[in-house]
Parts: sequence; C-alpha cells; structure tokens
Amino acid sequence: MSIRMTRARSDQQRHFPTGEPTNISRRRFLLGSAGVAGGALVLGFGIPLGAPKAMAQSAPPPIQPTVPAFIEIRPDDTVRFLSPFMEGGQGVHTAMAQIVAEELDMDPSVFVVESAPAGKVFQVMQGGMRITGGSMSVRLTYDFMRRLGASARAMLLQAAAGRLGVAVDTLSTEPGVVLHKASGRSLRYGELAPSALDLPVPDQSTLKLKDPAQFRWIGQPVARLDVYEKSVGKAIYTIDCAVDDMLHAAVQHAPRLGQTIGTIRNEDQVNAMKGVHSIHRLDGAVAVVAQRWWHAKQAAEALLVDWRDPEPDPEQRYMPADFSSDAFLDSLAASTDAGEEAESEGDLAGAMDNASQTIEATYRSQYLHHAQLEPPSALARFNPDGTLDVWAPNQAPDMFQGDMARVAGLDPSQVTIHSPLLGGFFGRHFLYPSGNPYPQAIKLAKATGRPIKLIWSREEEFLRDPLRPIAAVRFRAGLDDKGMPVAIEAVSACEGPTEGIANKRGPSIDESALEGLTKKAYAIPNRRIAQHFVKNPVMLAYWRSVGNSMNDFFYETFLDEVADKGGIDPFELRLNLLRDNDRLTTLLRSVEELAGGWKRGPFTAADGTRRARGVAMASPFGSEAAAMAEVSLRDGEVVVHDVWEAIDPGSIVNPAIIEAQVNSAAALGLSQVLMEEAVYKEGEPVAHNYDLYQILRPDQMPRVHVKIVESGAQMGGIGEPPLPAVPPAVANAVSTLTGQRVRSMPLSRLTFES
Amino acid sequence: MQLRINGELREVDADGDTPLLWVLRDDLGMTGTKYGCGLAQCGACSVMVDGTVTRSCVTPVDSVVDSAITTIEAIEQDETGKQVVEAWVRHQVPQCGYCQSGQVMAATALLKENSAPSLDDVRDAMVNLCRCGTYNAIHAAMLDLAGIDDTVNEADSGGVLISDYSTTAIVAGAAVAGGAAVAGAALYQRSKKAKTASQQDSHPEDESA
Repeated sequence: MSIRMTRARSDQQRHFPTGEPTNISRRRFLLGSAGVAGGALVLGFGIPLGAPKAMAQSAPPPIQPTVPAFIEIRPDDTVRFLSPFMEGGQGVHTAMAQIVAEELDMDPSVFVVESAPAGKVFQVMQGGMRITGGSMSVRLTYDFMRRLGASARAMLLQAAAGRLGVAVDTLSTEPGVVLHKASGRSLRYGELAPSALDLPVPDQSTLKLKDPAQFRWIGQPVARLDVYEKSVGKAIYTIDCAVDDMLHAAVQHAPRLGQTIGTIRNEDQVNAMKGVHSIHRLDGAVAVVAQRWWHAKQAAEALLVDWRDPEPDPEQRYMPADFSSDAFLDSLAASTDAGEEAESEGDLAGAMDNASQTIEATYRSQYLHHAQLEPPSALARFNPDGTLDVWAPNQAPDMFQGDMARVAGLDPSQVTIHSPLLGGFFGRHFLYPSGNPYPQAIKLAKATGRPIKLIWSREEEFLRDPLRPIAAVRFRAGLDDKGMPVAIEAVSACEGPTEGIANKRGPSIDESALEGLTKKAYAIPNRRIAQHFVKNPVMLAYWRSVGNSMNDFFYETFLDEVADKGGIDPFELRLNLLRDNDRLTTLLRSVEELAGGWKRGPFTAADGTRRARGVAMASPFGSEAAAMAEVSLRDGEVVVHDVWEAIDPGSIVNPAIIEAQVNSAAALGLSQVLMEEAVYKEGEPVAHNYDLYQILRPDQMPRVHVKIVESGAQMGGIGEPPLPAVPPAVANAVSTLTGQRVRSMPLSRLTFES
Repeated sequence: MQLRINGELREVDADGDTPLLWVLRDDLGMTGTKYGCGLAQCGACSVMVDGTVTRSCVTPVDSVVDSAITTIEAIEQDETGKQVVEAWVRHQVPQCGYCQSGQVMAATALLKENSAPSLDDVRDAMVNLCRCGTYNAIHAAMLDLAGIDDTVNEADSGGVLISDYSTTAIVAGAAVAGGAAVAGAALYQRSKKAKTASQQDSHPEDESA
C-alpha cells in the first residue's frame, strides 16, 4: 500500500531529531508492558534518516525523543527486539532481526521479536512516521537498523574492555561473544549487558558498519522466527486475546453504509435471549454484549432493525438503495471527460494526428475485498485509573492510538495500544472510517463498565471491509509506420484510495489512483495520463500494491493490444521500448531465461492442451518486476500452469522471504484476475462470505518460479511489488490463446470457447 | 457435558448447538483453532474428530460428546502430527499463519489415514483456503511427507499443484552461526549484478514524496 505523506513529511522535517544517539538511563525507559529484565542492555537512538539539507537549513532544536528502546540483551544470551513494524506474514520481524543481528554480531535465531508500542521513538521511517505498508519497512529503515545493531556491539566491546582491562581495539566479536584473542579470554553478550548499559552510545559519525562482503546473515535465507509457533497454533492474534472479566460483543451492521437505526422491533425478545447482557445502539450498527461470543452473534443476527436512510449530506459517504456496481462501472466506462492531467510529455495531439494507425479501447477492474482470514476484532479495557488498553489489528499504532483516544475522550498518553500478529492484512488494517471495530469496542466497554471483546463475523466484515477501488480506463495510442507506439493516452475514471479514505480531494491528483499508469518506463515519447474523478458510494481502501494492482493490468494488457495492432510481438515490443534501459532490459531477459525462453503460442503442450504465454512488467514501490504466465482452458475456464517472475529490488535482506512474497503476491494477483470481485446489487453486497466471494483455491495455484535480480539500485519494496505484473501476464496469455481480447477482470465473468 | 479433547475429559457448560469451535476458543481457552468464516468454507477451524478432519465452526458440540477430539494444541503429541509440524518448519510454510492450524490438522488427518498418499489424495485433502498463498509451500511439505519425488512430475496436468520447491530445508539462523547459510538449491534463482557500496551508504528515500 502506499501512503502519500508529502505534506506531513515536510512538517515532520522541521522536527527531525539530529540522529545523534541518546545516552540511555535504565531508569528512564519503559520497554513495553513487560518491562525490562534486570541487567539488560537496552539501546535506542534518534532518527537519523532526515534529509541533511532540511536539517542544515531549518536548524530547529532537535527533539530528544522519549527514551527509545529496541534491543534487550538478556542474561541468557537471548535478545528481545521491539519492531516498529507489524508482522502479518510478510516476514518483517525476521528481516528486522536479521539486519540488527548482522551488525550486533549475534545469531538472529536468538531474537524474540514483538511489535513495539506506540511512541515517537519507534517512528523511525524517513519523515518520522511509522506505518507498516507501502512495502517500506525494510528499505526505509535498513540503515537505521544496521546502526542500531552496530551501536549495541560497540557498547558491548567498550564494556568488555573495561572488564578485561584491555584496549577496546584489541577486542573482536564472534556471534554473541566478545573475544580478547591475545589472552584467549572471552565474555558473553548476556554477561556484558549490565555493564554495557550505562556507557555512552558511540558517536554515529565514527560508527563503523560492516563491509557488505562480510555479511554473515544479510542476504541469506535465514529461517523465519515465527514459523514454529504458527505451525502449532501458538501464535497470538487479536482475536485470541482475552482479559479477566471481559464480555463478548457482536454487531449487526446497517446493510447499507450511512444508514441509521430506526426502531428495533424485537429488542425485548433479544434482550431475553440466553446469555445476552445488553443491547447497544452505535453508529450504523446495533451491538449485543453477551457472556459468550456465540450468544452475542446469534442475538445480533436475530435483531429486527428498521434501518433509516440518512438526510442528504455531501460529507457523508452513503450507499443508495439502487446502487449497482456493474451499472456504476458502465457509467465510468462511458465517461468522455478529458480528466485532470497527472503526466504529460511531448505532443499527444500532434502525434496522434500524424500516426499511421491509431487504436482505442476501454479497460475495467472490479471492487475487491481484502479477505484476510482473520476477521477483525478489538478488545478494549478501561482501567481503574481511567486509562484505556486496546488490542487491535493495525498497521499504524500511533495513528490508531490517536483515534482511540478521540473515541474514548482521553489523551493519547492515556491509551495503550497492543498490536498482536496480523492474521493477514494486505492493506486491511489502516484507519478506515467505519472500517475498524475498535471504536465500537471502546464505546461498549465504556457503556458496560466491563472489558469488551468484539469480533466482526465474516458477514459483518464483508459489509464494512473497505474495498479496492474500481476504474474504467479509456486508452488511445498512435503507431508509426513501423508499428511502434509513439503516443499513448490513458484517462482513468475512478476515485483513488487516498482521496477516498480522506473523503476529499487533495491539492493535487491522488497518486495512488494512477500509479502504474503513470511513470511507466517505456520510451513512448508522447504521453498523457489523466484522472476523471468520480466519487464512489462504497468505502475505499488500500489493497496490496494499491493503484498498481489494477493500473498495470490496464496498461500492460493495452500494450499487448497495441503490439498486435502494429504487428509486433509483445515481448519484442517491450524490449524495443526499453532499449535504453539496462536495468529493465536485464530484468526482461531474466524472466525470459527463467521461463526457458519466450514462447507466445498458442502451442500444444506435452499433455495435448492448447496453451499460450503472456508477459507483463511493473515498477511498483521502488522495485521492478517482470512476469510471464502460461495458460490453457479447461471446460471454458482459464487454468494457469506456471508463473515465472523476475524481481529486482536493488539489494536484498532475505531471499527466502522474497521467494515466499513472490508466491504470495502472485496468488493474490491470480485471485484478482481469475475470479475475485465484490459485486453490489441494490445497494448491498452479493457476497457476504467465502461461499460467494471466491478466492484462489489450492488446486488453482500454479507453479511459481522466482528469480531475484540484485541490480545494486536503491533498495525497493518486496511485499507488494511482485503482484501487479501477474494479472496482465495472465490476461495477455488468455487473449493470445483465445483470440479474444481481455479488457476486464475477473476472467470468470468472460465466456471462452474451449 | 463432557468432551474428550486431546486425551483429557473436559467439563463444559454450553448449549448443545454451540459450534465446537466456540467451545474450544471461548470456554476452554484453546485459541489455536481459528475462526475464519463460520460456514465451513475456509477450513481455519479444522480439528480431528475420531481421526477425521472436521470443520469445528459448523459442528454442534453435542454431536461430538462421545468422540475423541484432537486440536492443534496436541498436534505434537501425535507422531504423525509432529512430523507434519517439522515439515511445515522445514519448508517454512506459514506466512501470516492464521490458516495454518487448520492446514496442519488437514495434513495430519490425511497422513494418519494414508501414510503414502498420491498426488490426487493430497489435492483432495488439502483444500483449506490460504489468503497468503502458501499453497506451493504446503504442497512441497506434503510431497516431502508423502515421500513423493516431485522431479518425476515435471509434466503437469494443469493447475494441479506440483511444486518446484526444493525439499532442501532452509538453514536456520541457529545453524549458520559461524558459517554461511545455505539456501535450498532450487528454491529460487538469484543473480547479483553489482555487490555494491550503495548497500553501505544507501539512503532509501520515501518513494511517496
């Protein structure tokens, strides 16, 4: 997902800390709720990621952050590490441990990683923010985490020098141990930690980081730290959390967003149902609190509520009773609006006039659910001193803490947010108006005076899960006399997720609406990319790879259409359009090699099936990706046999995690292109559960072949970048196989002749 | 009523029509079994009832009072279950992990019934949903457990899970201290154009700027 923080960042830049490490007193820090074991070394320091220019010019008084604390080395030589980033399957807890461990010189397998609490000290991303999203965690904190580890190591060396009475430069380390080779003496990190504690953090300008050629763990397929617990049911997600004396809650949401509660026709009967504690009227929902969740859910479902439509209010997102997502998409596709320009190069009109051939087509996408397996929940507890504890799935604890405080009428300092593992997220757990259960849980806890654990049933989740936006994109292209494209225009009729969540348009075009249409690397000299803004009645969201999730589908499938119009092979066309781009030429050649060569087809495979291959590329979230897919038809349905993907994130931390993320992103991309869609009819979703909301099944998963290309370019993201090239690679293969141009997702909506 | 769960008799006070899932989770505090859909669609709630994999979210508790119920909490007490867990770790299967209790239960139930399942058996048994798309890793673990040599399955039948994963384990961090970690040989390909000084002084910038 992508967060546009341009303005926020410039604000933050004025408050950048200097990046100087802070000398940490044991008495001043609080390491999470468990506190710090006696004799532990705890280290943290300020944020040094700011632009030097901004710091030099503005010269504000540097913020001395509240004492940070990331690393605790325990007497038993294990490390407790508090990660600024949430683990939801993307492997970030392991990656963080791996980077810190490298410079600390300690085996990452001894790390126990937990999500850090809210607090400025953990806002370590550039710009002083902290979100788990945009595939940003590793690439924006790689340097910070290395210096964190190196600083801790330097302090341990200093402590050892004192203990052994030798000069620090006579000492060295091996994993977890400081060595004095001359005397053969050694000290374990765990025994040094107490005396290392009060030493000054070394001057960052003199801190020596490892030569990457000497890396022991970075770049290696280090085993993930959470795999065993997740294989035996011991991993704890929000839905698993419990506190003493808590009650359970379930809700019935208004069937349409924006509706309010009229009368509850059977309130007395429901109140009398077994286990029911109380019934509560919330914004757009009625909640039942009970001794058991099963009772609460049954009672919530039994409620007969007359829902009222709201008064017209342009500020309020409202789902009208006659809304049809198909009709809405038709209206987007019928748009002739020239749109607002996001990217303009050359002379589009002139190039179109002079073109030998022109081509026009309109492409479409669909609404999508996140459909993470863990239904959202929240556990809220007001404490006797008036403070509030909330356990909630989130990708941005500080932002959530602030909103929780607002809901509870408290100061953020009075709210403790706990961030358990995420049972999948894919963009689901940001602050979405009406899309998170914690405001309801807080209100119920306040109303009942008891801790409340609220779970949204899958059905209630699918009523309030904010959706991946839809778009209809009107393309035009002009070709020269050799069949090469010299002009391209794309006008997307859509509402971007960022402007959707904000419920207002920003000062400039929402980049998350058009990313993947804009900034394509192909050498097409005359370009115009624009947005025709059309507000949606549904709540919109970030979804894995955000705008790229559909925009690269649009562009890369249209590019195949252009190739066919010009009589040029689509793989050759891409090579030609990238002829001056070494990095992407290498990438395209890499996927070709991985796939055993480019073979468009249709051709007959060894098993007698007719098959074809497609190719597509994408440049999402700082990385580069190229994918090929091989498909056939079986009983009129598309079967994907193989996906080959080459990905260039510049440089890497853990190739095994990258390989897993490519599989994961490919699965989500395939699910999107093959069968997924959230359809609305008469103002309500057709699917309320996985029975009608189909996602990729195990028997539909193709083989996925991965090639990691380390070009040495600036480090890019990994969680999202492998997704966007996959849907168009599949669609292009299907177009080739069937001779029928695919211009929309999902393919399950289309009819193919077998 | 009394339930026999993981070899122990447990007294529970629940309505007979309460799904077993919620008795496990809320009455007994056994949260390893997960709620995903409540409709027997996803399989996250899978447990074994008398050795048969069962979706506990639609199983009324009074229908299993005379049965032996096995949940993920006891998976390693079972020799087959222990092997499944080891294979899951060896193949680094889980991502978010939420569906994996159910996946491990489904795998264990299959292998307890048939220690040498065919590819078709595996496909028919391993039907639980995984939104993280760990299907290929699950399949690789299953082939490993079933003793199926995937190199003989180069020709696929289309959409059927046949993995390219090496069965070579990823070397754990613990095992590589002092030495280089070794990737599974065929796990992925990797090419490095420039081992670079930019790693040393890289200043990744917010691409959103």
